[in-house]
Amino acid sequence: MSHDNSSPSFFQHHFHDVEQQYETSKFGMWAFILTEVLTFAGLFVAYIVYRSWYPDMFVGVHKLLDVNKGLLNTVVLITSSLTMALAIWAIQKNLKKLSIFMLTATFVFALAFLGVKYQEYHHKYEVGQLPGKYYSYMGPEVVEVIKDQEKIDYYTSSNNVYFDAETNRLYKTMNNPHIFFSIYFVMTGLHGLHVAIGMGLIAWLIYSTARGNIHQKYYTPMEMIGIFWHLVDLIWIYLFPLFYLIG
Amino acid sequence: MIENEKQNYLTHPKGIMSWLLTLDHKRIGLMYLVSGILFFFMGGLLALGMRLELAAPGNDFISNEQYNNIYTLHGAIMIFLFIIPAIPGALGNILLPLMVGAKDVAFPRLNLASFYIYSFGALFALYTIINGGVDTGWTFYTPYSTQSSSNVVPMTLGIFIIGFSSILTGLNFIATVHKMRIPGLTWYKLPLFVWALYGTSLVQITATPVLAITMVLLMLERFLGIGIFDPALGGDPVLYQHFFWFYSHPAVYIMILPAFGIISEIIPVHSRKKIWGYKFIAYSTLSIAFIGFLVWGHHMFTSGQSVFSQIVFSFITYFVGIPTGVKIFSWILTMYKGQVSFTPPMIYALSFLFLFTIGGLTGIFLGAVALDIHLHDTYFVVAHFHYVMQGGTIVAFLGGLHHWWPKSFGTMYNQTIANICAFGVFLGFNGTFFPQFLLGLRGMPRRYATYSDQFVELHSYSTFWSGILGFSIFFAIVNLFWSFVKKNKVDPGSNPWGGMSLEWTHTSSPPHPHNFETDPVFEHGPYDYDKVIVEKTYKK
Ligand code: HEM
Ligand SMILES: [Cu+2]
Repeated sequence: MSHDNSSPSFFQHHFHDVEQQYETSKFGMWAFILTEVLTFAGLFVAYIVYRSWYPDMFVGVHKLLDVNKGLLNTVVLITSSLTMALAIWAIQKNLKKLSIFMLTATFVFALAFLGVKYQEYHHKYEVGQLPGKYYSYMGPEVVEVIKDQEKIDYYTSSNNVYFDAETNRLYKTMNNPHIFFSIYFVMTGLHGLHVAIGMGLIAWLIYSTARGNIHQKYYTPMEMIGIFWHLVDLIWIYLFPLFYLIG
Repeated sequence: MIENEKQNYLTHPKGIMSWLLTLDHKRIGLMYLVSGILFFFMGGLLALGMRLELAAPGNDFISNEQYNNIYTLHGAIMIFLFIIPAIPGALGNILLPLMVGAKDVAFPRLNLASFYIYSFGALFALYTIINGGVDTGWTFYTPYSTQSSSNVVPMTLGIFIIGFSSILTGLNFIATVHKMRIPGLTWYKLPLFVWALYGTSLVQITATPVLAITMVLLMLERFLGIGIFDPALGGDPVLYQHFFWFYSHPAVYIMILPAFGIISEIIPVHSRKKIWGYKFIAYSTLSIAFIGFLVWGHHMFTSGQSVFSQIVFSFITYFVGIPTGVKIFSWILTMYKGQVSFTPPMIYALSFLFLFTIGGLTGIFLGAVALDIHLHDTYFVVAHFHYVMQGGTIVAFLGGLHHWWPKSFGTMYNQTIANICAFGVFLGFNGTFFPQFLLGLRGMPRRYATYSDQFVELHSYSTFWSGILGFSIFFAIVNLFWSFVKKNKVDPGSNPWGGMSLEWTHTSSPPHPHNFETDPVFEHGPYDYDKVIVEKTYKK
């Protein structure tokens, strides 16, 4: 059986049959997902520890993040998960072109995600909202704004976020805002790295599918990378509320 | 059959590239073995250097700063470059597919990648050594590790990289155990070494990522001053300890579980008796792996822990003793009324039982808060973990090497010399480390290059025996490799100890490149000495 010359080209001979090969790959992938979850779990623990130490600071400082950009990225990434799933569906139905199209869409969405992330990072870099000892942001610029008849708000140049007097006062007394950014950058940075790696893998999938190495009878790599991509998506779904939507 | 047997994985295919690019688990295992042993010798020389310095009080020939570097490198090399990667990497790789009847591990390419990742990480460690060492201790505690001007970054980077190799090997083994077994080889028919590797791998894939992230945070702390571990910036150095021990306590089970597995193979085979309490041993492996995740706080009793946490961690630590004790009693009961033969592997296994029991029991002492506050950071701890790691893991590893040597490489070493060395290891080990329990009880702190005069007797005693220990281990290993030089071949079909698992009954020695010439059929369990008679066969 196993040394059958008619066995398909993707078959690896240390397996008994194609099914065992597929099952093993899938199993290995899920074990890998477990590893990934634990990697991020370590950082989530750091997040929990520091948030419980500095609850007010977290609530106050999170306002410096741009919720709209975060939301945009959430939508982008969820959509990319959908296109990834559609790519797999298409290849199952032997719709090669559609599959390649969906993979390309996934790739573009991933790029868009990183683009938005880059903008956010760049802005934080400009205003000094950086981790640890590089943090130099001095709080919102005080600009008097007339809104709804005479109500005076504090306006920060950052992200069009309005601070009311109370938040501003809180901000001034806040401890260690740089810790928030340390954790923010480490977690979103590691996640961003995963997005970038995912893009590399998706690019490889596009190439292999176009070459015909991945097809209706053998699309295991696409399915596995799909699982990875959903994980990347899922992690962001946790990161988004934990950083952008607290308080 | 006969012509085919002439082909074996050591000689076929030929050429250096066929080794460097091999996907054969046995060759990869051999490469791990050789690199692991080299690091073992390197770590051992550092240890002997320390013992020499400690033979007498005062800084005789090593300064305090040098001493800090030496013990850090010794610990880091032994743990991160030898024990953790090399034992599953060597014996695990060579044996796991054979034991489950597979042609290879689940992902052969990934397996080779693991080896190269390990080698790449090891380069960083070597760079650290050449570049002047690192002086933080193998635990890299903050805040010192964020301030020390020694090579903290290259070393932690090396450990980070080697961590990936560990994770990938673990993943590969888990998939192999789940998916590559031959029909009929159900979970309860697996050799216990397979169970042990399975438990080890589970810990590897779940704990190692936390170590990886801890090392990343430490490096970021140094590069960017992110402040997470720095009190001046509102962070907490103790959080580092939590992260570190959340990995490193489970990591001690990465080190000991394979050893348990080896002992579970050696004892029944060399007693020709069915293993006592198969399921007890199998499940105690899993429960040790699980409980191991809940006890990290026992390393931090004196780090400003609340009394409540002390009680909880201490309490859970005691639970580790239960599955561990279950195993020890099962092994002893296996030997009871068996035909015990005092072969080299068996002598190592018996030494293991003796030494590991002392190591485990003293672990329970240390798990008692009141005692630990006195004993923490003394030589008592040093003696404890050497009894478990060297007396346990390394002695089992040596036993395993002697047990599977004829199988893996088709040559037999000189058994008399092997027995003498095994005795030397046992005596030398006790002579070196037992006095350290006493030193610790009398208050000798660890990690010092010098000491006050009252300790001189025990220290010089320890140094004397460490020489015997070093010689014995060195010659035990030379004796093994000497069998290559002497070309003392065993019959390809031989089964020198009368083992019953697939690697003994269905493969030649050394095995065929594809392991089994025909697809193996499962016939009897690995320990069915009560049902089937297996001859001991060996040339001459
Ligand atoms: C019955 C099982 C065990 C128990 C209850 C136990 C308990 C402990 C405790 C409480 C400590 C902390 C002592 C202190 O620093 O004050 C300790 C240290 C240590 N143990 Fe164990 N242990 C056990 C088995 C093992 C095994 C199997 C290994 C490794 C193979 C191991 C390796 C170590 C190491 C390396 C340290 C010292 C770490 C350091 O501070 O550098 N232990 N053990
Ligand atoms: Cu521990």
